[in-house]
Amino acid sequence: MAELTLTINGQTHKVDVDPQMPLLWVIRDFIGLKGTKFGCGIAQCGACTVHFDGEPIRSCSYPVAGAVGKKITTIEGISEHIDHPIQKAWIAQQVPQCGYCQSGQIMSAAALLNHNHTPTDADIDAAMSGNICRCGTYQRIRRAIHQAADLINNNKTA
Amino acid sequence: MEQSSNIARRKFLKITGITGAALVLGVGFSEKDKIARVFNMSADAGQSHELTPYIFIEKSGVITIMNPKAEMGQGTYQSVPALIAEELEVSLEQVIVKFTSGQAKYKDQSTGGSSSVNSNYFPLRNVGASAKEMLIIAASKQWNVPVAECYAENAKVFHKPSGKSLTYGQLAEPASKLDVPQKPKLKDPRDFKILGKQVARQDIPLKVSGKALFGIDAEVPGMLYASIERCPVLGGKLVSFDDSAALKIKGVQRVVKTERVLGKIKYMGVAVVADNYWAALQGRKALKVQWDYQGYDQFNSRDYEQSLRVLSKKEGLVAHNEGNFDRQFAGAPHKIEAFYETPFVSHSPMEPMNCLAQWKDGKVEVWLSSQGAEWTRDTIAESLGISKEDVYVNMQFNGGGFGRRILQDFAVEAAGISRAINKPVKVIWTREDDTQLGPFRPMTFSAMKAGLSNDGKVTAFQHKVISPSIDATTAAKYDKSKADETMVEGISSQPYEIPNMKNTYVFSDIHLPLTWWRSVTASTVAFPHESFVDELAVAAGKDPLEYRLEMLTKPSDTKRVLTKLKEVSGWDKPLPAGKGRGIAQWVFFAGLCGHVVEVSKQKDNSIKVDKVYAVIDLGTVVNPDNVRSQVEGAIVMALTAATKDAITFENGKTMQSNFHNYRMVRMNEMPVIEVHILAEGGPVIKGVGEPGLPSLAPALCNAIFAATGTRIRKLPFDLNKIA
Ligand code: FES
Ligand code: FES
Repeated sequence: MAELTLTINGQTHKVDVDPQMPLLWVIRDFIGLKGTKFGCGIAQCGACTVHFDGEPIRSCSYPVAGAVGKKITTIEGISEHIDHPIQKAWIAQQVPQCGYCQSGQIMSAAALLNHNHTPTDADIDAAMSGNICRCGTYQRIRRAIHQAADLINNNKTA
Repeated sequence: MEQSSNIARRKFLKITGITGAALVLGVGFSEKDKIARVFNMSADAGQSHELTPYIFIEKSGVITIMNPKAEMGQGTYQSVPALIAEELEVSLEQVIVKFTSGQAKYKDQSTGGSSSVNSNYFPLRNVGASAKEMLIIAASKQWNVPVAECYAENAKVFHKPSGKSLTYGQLAEPASKLDVPQKPKLKDPRDFKILGKQVARQDIPLKVSGKALFGIDAEVPGMLYASIERCPVLGGKLVSFDDSAALKIKGVQRVVKTERVLGKIKYMGVAVVADNYWAALQGRKALKVQWDYQGYDQFNSRDYEQSLRVLSKKEGLVAHNEGNFDRQFAGAPHKIEAFYETPFVSHSPMEPMNCLAQWKDGKVEVWLSSQGAEWTRDTIAESLGISKEDVYVNMQFNGGGFGRRILQDFAVEAAGISRAINKPVKVIWTREDDTQLGPFRPMTFSAMKAGLSNDGKVTAFQHKVISPSIDATTAAKYDKSKADETMVEGISSQPYEIPNMKNTYVFSDIHLPLTWWRSVTASTVAFPHESFVDELAVAAGKDPLEYRLEMLTKPSDTKRVLTKLKEVSGWDKPLPAGKGRGIAQWVFFAGLCGHVVEVSKQKDNSIKVDKVYAVIDLGTVVNPDNVRSQVEGAIVMALTAATKDAITFENGKTMQSNFHNYRMVRMNEMPVIEVHILAEGGPVIKGVGEPGLPSLAPALCNAIFAATGTRIRKLPFDLNKIA
């Protein structure tokens, strides 16, 4: 056990856990943020995606000790009022079905748009192929990412 | 009297958590009239009818609609309450939707067979319309004006001439004193504001912000976590276990035996209970367990496939017989035969199986993702030997179901562990557990035969299904003397006008747990059937779409679907070399859909799936955007089943374990999908969740044949390795 300090969504949390414990379980069961999901545990599905300093990582395969000192963002931290351009686009395109993969999808898409405001289909393939959606919402995800990019770009010019 | 009504009322508050409801309407079966009737439960709460409350209107104006159907991605969170809201004249933003709990007598709370909307279409509209009429009458009395001068809109009743209005909250109490109209006037579909319209789903904002609570997210104070080690050879028995190393792991509290129940099948397991899930997993790894494989370690799916091929030589039990197949086939100038194979597959919903159970004083409360609160309640009660009234089910959002969450094995495990340790415990399966332990979709083979006349017409046709049986593996009784209706479902109801047809079934025993998988048998028999029809068209030298239409001279829904597909896919426009298109349709218990798939051969000889056109036939449509969403999803699931991995067994063990070797179609492999809806209106409402799946695989393989000349008769296959 070790006392660790984590910065999640701008808040600091102290946890006393096995340093080898994957960040996913710390976020879900010690911090209590349930939006980040468990899908595979081996970095194959992306359901557990969170950001380290804006970059996507798979929290199921990341020992919590490695998260100390990083700025961690979870789905709960990307907007306060469900108004991140990606969330707006996701609602407009009615993307989710069961919804279980969608926190991870949104975190991967948000990371893509952090760097790239004009993603091509190939960019989307590259950024999103680590996220499985068993319900098959990929076509809508693609459309929503293009729409979110437009929202961001229109905001810039406005 | 007073007292019993209070008890009934209290019960029902516990069920719903709603305390201040003034007007409560429900549906119950009237013994007197032998029909489903709408009941005023605000006044009737003490009566002995087994009532299902659906609408609660509180004085404060809060309106709650109960939803008896599980939400697993198919949109019933919106589409089922929409039926009530439409008639009640409220928007979905104005109501709270709650899931029923399996506690009260909500008839049929199970979700499957694409039936959620069609089975509720009239009963639920009736409840909404009754409530609206009562509210209008209450208002007209209050104002002392004729009922005909009042109308409802936007959760208010208006007096047309004067423009004054009262809210439903203000009217709830006086309305609750009125008789319930049994034949309320239903709205003309032309006046619908919600049904048939593009309405945003209310669960979506929750699902894009991490706020939707799934089974895995449930928590109660003092809760522990469990992970269960089970025999890697399905069917093996627990001999003994050594938990000394496991108990040394920090956080591990207890190690207990568990039972997993799948109908008549019972599997033993060893659960490690810890104060966090990671510790439970570590403890599980440290267990030393001895299993007796009971000989099932001799099982190899490759041998089983071979045994089905041998069995296919048998005549089989007759499932359907018309005309004289044997004679016509024997005398046919052209005989065509083909053998098709589909594998075991896993459901693999994104949310692994899980359940939180809290045992207290002989009763158990559970929180889980399940396709049916009633199934959960009944299975737990039966397995633990307690009464149904002592099981309380809290339904959470389902992170996918696809048939897997009909069975309640994981809920029984959790309830049993909680009873054993007398503490609340959450069982979470790993992805490996989910992939390897079943229940699986049954491996299903098909032997096809047809006789063609000299002008290419089908004169004799046979579809023989050779497979293990879902019922035989899990149901208490199985009749081997009859063709298994589930395993041949749909093969005899295709509307092709074929004069001599004999469809048969050959049963094969197996020890594995098997179950329904999205669209059930249609997902394994449409592929051989519709691929074979394509083979016949090729043999006859005809266009596959025209060939099908020639067998459909009478008007039928299938004919309409094919005709629409021809139009929307531009079927008659020639494709450049290296590209091909294929068509297939399937009509079965859940509905009807057809696909045209376009593929192209790449430079490296791999096949790319470029585009899929789907036409789904519905009758009446509740939410067209949701229908498109469901069909898109069904196509992706079918594409995965056709082109990714099978579940296979070696020495009794499942060879696939997680998404690296049980792969799913991903973003970069997506074709463009275009969904068209045929909705003629009227009382017919067909299913939405499943029909988009079965005909995708045959349409794809027919397209690959058109592009390459290679006929695929075994699923799954690799798009990168087509000769
Ligand atoms: S749970 Fe982390 S990638 Fe699947
Ligand atoms: S929405 Fe269900 S897994 Fe993606």
